[in-house]
Amino acid sequence: MPSLSLDDYAAPNPISQNRQGIIGRAVDRYEGPLKVTGTAPYAYEVETPSPPAYGVVVGAEIGCGVVTAVDDAAALAAPGVKLVWHALRRPENQPERGARSYVGSQAGAKPVFAEPNVRFFGQPVAFVCADTLEHADAAASLIKITYEETPAAFAFDPAQAEPVDGTSAIGDFERAFADAPVKLDETWSTPIENHCQMEPCATTAWWEDGTVTVHTSVQMIKPPQHLLSETLQIPRDHVHLLSRYIGGGFGGKGSTYEDLELAAMSSREIDQPVKIALTRTQMFNATVHRPATVQRVRLGATADGRLTAFALEAATHCAREAPFVERAANFSRALYAAPNRLTGHTLHKLDIAVASAMRAPGEASGMLSLECAMDELANRLGLDPIELRIRNEADVHPETGAPHSCRQLVDCMTDGAKRFGWGKRNPKPAATREGEWFVGMGMAAAIRGNFLLPAKAGIRVEADGKVIVRQGMTDIGTGSYTIIAQITAETMGVPLEQVVVEIGDSGFAPTPGSGGQFGAASAGSAVYEGGMEMRKTLAAMAAADPASPLFGAAVDEIDFRDGLITASNKSETLGALVSRRAPSGVDVVGESMPIMESRAFSQHAYGAHFAEVGVNAVTGEVRLRRMLGAFACGRILNAKTARSQITGGMIWGVGSVLTEQNAVDPRYGSLINQDLGSYLAPVHADIVNLDAYFLPEVDDKANPLGIKGVGEVGICGAGAAVANAVYNACGARVRDYPITPDKVLPFLPAL
Amino acid sequence: MRPFSYERATSAAGAAKAAAETPAARFLAGGTNLLDLMKLEIERPERVIDVGRLPMAGVEANGDGLRIGALATASAVAADARVRRDYPVLAEALLSGASPQLRNKATTAGNLLQRTRCPYFYDAAKPCNKRQPGAGCAAIGGLNRFAAILGASEACIATHPSDLAVALSVLDASVETVRPDGTTRAIPIDDLHRLPGDAPHLETTLEPGELVTGVAVPPPPKGRQAYRKVRDRASYAAGLVAVAVAGDRIALGCVALKPWRATKAEAALAAGAAPAAAADAELAGAASAGHNTFKIALTQRLMTAALQDGKA
Repeated sequence: MPSLSLDDYAAPNPISQNRQGIIGRAVDRYEGPLKVTGTAPYAYEVETPSPPAYGVVVGAEIGCGVVTAVDDAAALAAPGVKLVWHALRRPENQPERGARSYVGSQAGAKPVFAEPNVRFFGQPVAFVCADTLEHADAAASLIKITYEETPAAFAFDPAQAEPVDGTSAIGDFERAFADAPVKLDETWSTPIENHCQMEPCATTAWWEDGTVTVHTSVQMIKPPQHLLSETLQIPRDHVHLLSRYIGGGFGGKGSTYEDLELAAMSSREIDQPVKIALTRTQMFNATVHRPATVQRVRLGATADGRLTAFALEAATHCAREAPFVERAANFSRALYAAPNRLTGHTLHKLDIAVASAMRAPGEASGMLSLECAMDELANRLGLDPIELRIRNEADVHPETGAPHSCRQLVDCMTDGAKRFGWGKRNPKPAATREGEWFVGMGMAAAIRGNFLLPAKAGIRVEADGKVIVRQGMTDIGTGSYTIIAQITAETMGVPLEQVVVEIGDSGFAPTPGSGGQFGAASAGSAVYEGGMEMRKTLAAMAAADPASPLFGAAVDEIDFRDGLITASNKSETLGALVSRRAPSGVDVVGESMPIMESRAFSQHAYGAHFAEVGVNAVTGEVRLRRMLGAFACGRILNAKTARSQITGGMIWGVGSVLTEQNAVDPRYGSLINQDLGSYLAPVHADIVNLDAYFLPEVDDKANPLGIKGVGEVGICGAGAAVANAVYNACGARVRDYPITPDKVLPFLPAL
Repeated sequence: MRPFSYERATSAAGAAKAAAETPAARFLAGGTNLLDLMKLEIERPERVIDVGRLPMAGVEANGDGLRIGALATASAVAADARVRRDYPVLAEALLSGASPQLRNKATTAGNLLQRTRCPYFYDAAKPCNKRQPGAGCAAIGGLNRFAAILGASEACIATHPSDLAVALSVLDASVETVRPDGTTRAIPIDDLHRLPGDAPHLETTLEPGELVTGVAVPPPPKGRQAYRKVRDRASYAAGLVAVAVAGDRIALGCVALKPWRATKAEAALAAGAAPAAAADAELAGAASAGHNTFKIALTQRLMTAALQDGKA
């Protein structure tokens, strides 16, 4: 029986007992050496059973309109070309498009080139398949497409954004704000951001006996399997979808793109394996992005710094046909206490590429306004920013009244402050200078919701004692492979080396995959449940086996430790039992599901960021000098991969306020930055000295492992700490991110 | 990418002769710019002449000066002991550009002849007079934060991205070439690049087929040398503004379609002007394209600071 109550979560179990000490250990990532030595086959690199053909996707060169003519004669006649498809020459017998099957979605069939409409710049409008990549590429350049442009809205205008469901109004905000002795009313804006995964979206597909094998790069296994089944009009179990090694996802591979269905369809058409990868330009133009936001924050407080009125209203944009709301205000409902509250979102539908999830959707943008607003308010009140936050700490969820599962937000701030040397900060802006550089410190809180989704895990013990975990989970570079092995080893009482993890396969027990920092908790809990199920199965097998030294032992007194099944000084190995009783192996399926009791608690991962920056007094360049994050995220499964998740998020937070930005050219509907030379993610020289650590914590309300997600909380608030440090350094309050030299310049003293 | 023929040159003169035979020929050295542009089909050579293995990679004494081979990589030049000792402005400029990986491949001649990083030049779906004369300029009226503030025209507001060229400008270097007929010449660095005028597709004064073989750097001028570059990211980012100083010479980078020798500022300084006034003199003719107004003030501040440092 899986864990069904909070009592089950809180009871001692192999994870909490951690007798081998494998839980929490800084185990190296299993696939790390494979990736850095080039021996982990990514989707595009998987060897095909026979020589593959190569597909190239052609993107629209207008932002909105209709394809009226395609001259593909030269492409069709070009060397090596096997197939050309576009809106006016499309594959036959395709199903109707699923009702919600816009770009990036995986609901319903997604026929290729089913309509002549161009809905965003760069949208795939043609496809060429040839015997070599060079031939396909050359032929693709010969296709001449004629468009008729239609009127479009390319420019994000908060004034034209319309309200969406989900506004939360508590008390009487307007009145309380009007009455507040201390007020703040400011607006922040964040730009479009791109995911910039190292590995582009790519698919290799081939057919055998009516079944298609598809290697692709995705965060979730089941939805693309379903999409292909619907699109190809074949049963789901005729789609074998694999995603074993992934070079970054960050939310962008929670959607799939035309490489997936085009590879499967063209492979069927030409009866040959097909490989397709999107180009770097297409990764910018033809996948998804984090939309821009404009956020108005209003804070009303008493003279001693207690919030009486709080509002965060965020406007954002999405593609006309693909409703997605970057819910930049949601996190704030769980953060600070205030009796009168107003939070909500508005949405402007545009004729540009699809807005969708990127690491910590909502928080990553929203904390860049509120956490700076709190800094400004502290400044007006003459309070330390940490003290202001402590005075507004919420004993229970500020809106629902739900108790916290556990909340060490204040501890993160106070402990982090000590380690960072926050006490040395001069609260007066522009008061510390080293040569040409102003130096300043800033801090911000971090919060990100914790989730548990239903998941399963297949556990198998073989005759040699090997424990194999098979799960439709993904490892997008986070360490899933490794923590699944750690949970299995500790649950089964076997050394780590005895565990084999196989994931990323639609034939395995399903999980929700990687996203929303729910992956480790959801997949990991199922692995734990599967391990416990396997223990019961093996214990019963041993107790009933006259040939076992454990014959006749009480099943609930049989223990699993040191690689042995033991009971009162008698023991044997897993291999001895299984080879004797079930030489072909023992299989069980574990299942984990959220429980209602757990949902009654407000569950979040928390943290506090501390940043020190230099601002060049001549040029306005901002450079991070050092940064520290203190986090409380429940039990930590792997000290190394967890810290890496946090620091990776923090680095992205630094990038999001200092360098990263994209913008739509309102004349064309296209992004201005379409490569990694112009879209500026942080490089090593931007980071230098950045670290994070965890406070001891176990969240026994969250799941049987006592863990919380660490994948996204690191980015939450990180940028705000940097922005606040910029203010402390030089007095510049730049509320339009990123804080590039041009925006700092007006605040600098004359030379 | 379009199909092309590839050949490996066996001599500089032979390469120049071969290139002159085919209008759509390109020299290939480090490939750090050409190959990117070919993949994007912005460069569509029919004939690629690989000069990368010609013996032109040396950095040698040249009288009291230095001769840098056309194929000397940015890494090699920046690490050269004489460069570091006598021409620090050159080493600093090179190290402020690109990334270590690119600097290990990028050559001296390729650096000087690299093409603009204007995003509208890179997006083949947009009109660009450099790519297609007469098509128009999408950067004008566009998101042109990086655009030129000096020497721009109604046909083009792009900038030249080379840091090396800016340093060579204050060192009064000249570019040595071989022409298709086998004759050689030396072109002063400030005469190598053209301002856009009404023909921004004509980027240099090189003749068709003419191959850069090296750069002659005269003895260093007396006085301090410095290179300062402002960028959005700490490394591997296009410059917003750069300033090179060597003795009483000043040049600006990222402000025009060529390295901009600040002769007006030099004259003002010679006449006794303060650094800020000298900078103002140079920037009197500066103009904004819309989103790049800040570059004028930024250049003024960077020049002033660089010149004040020199006085300190």
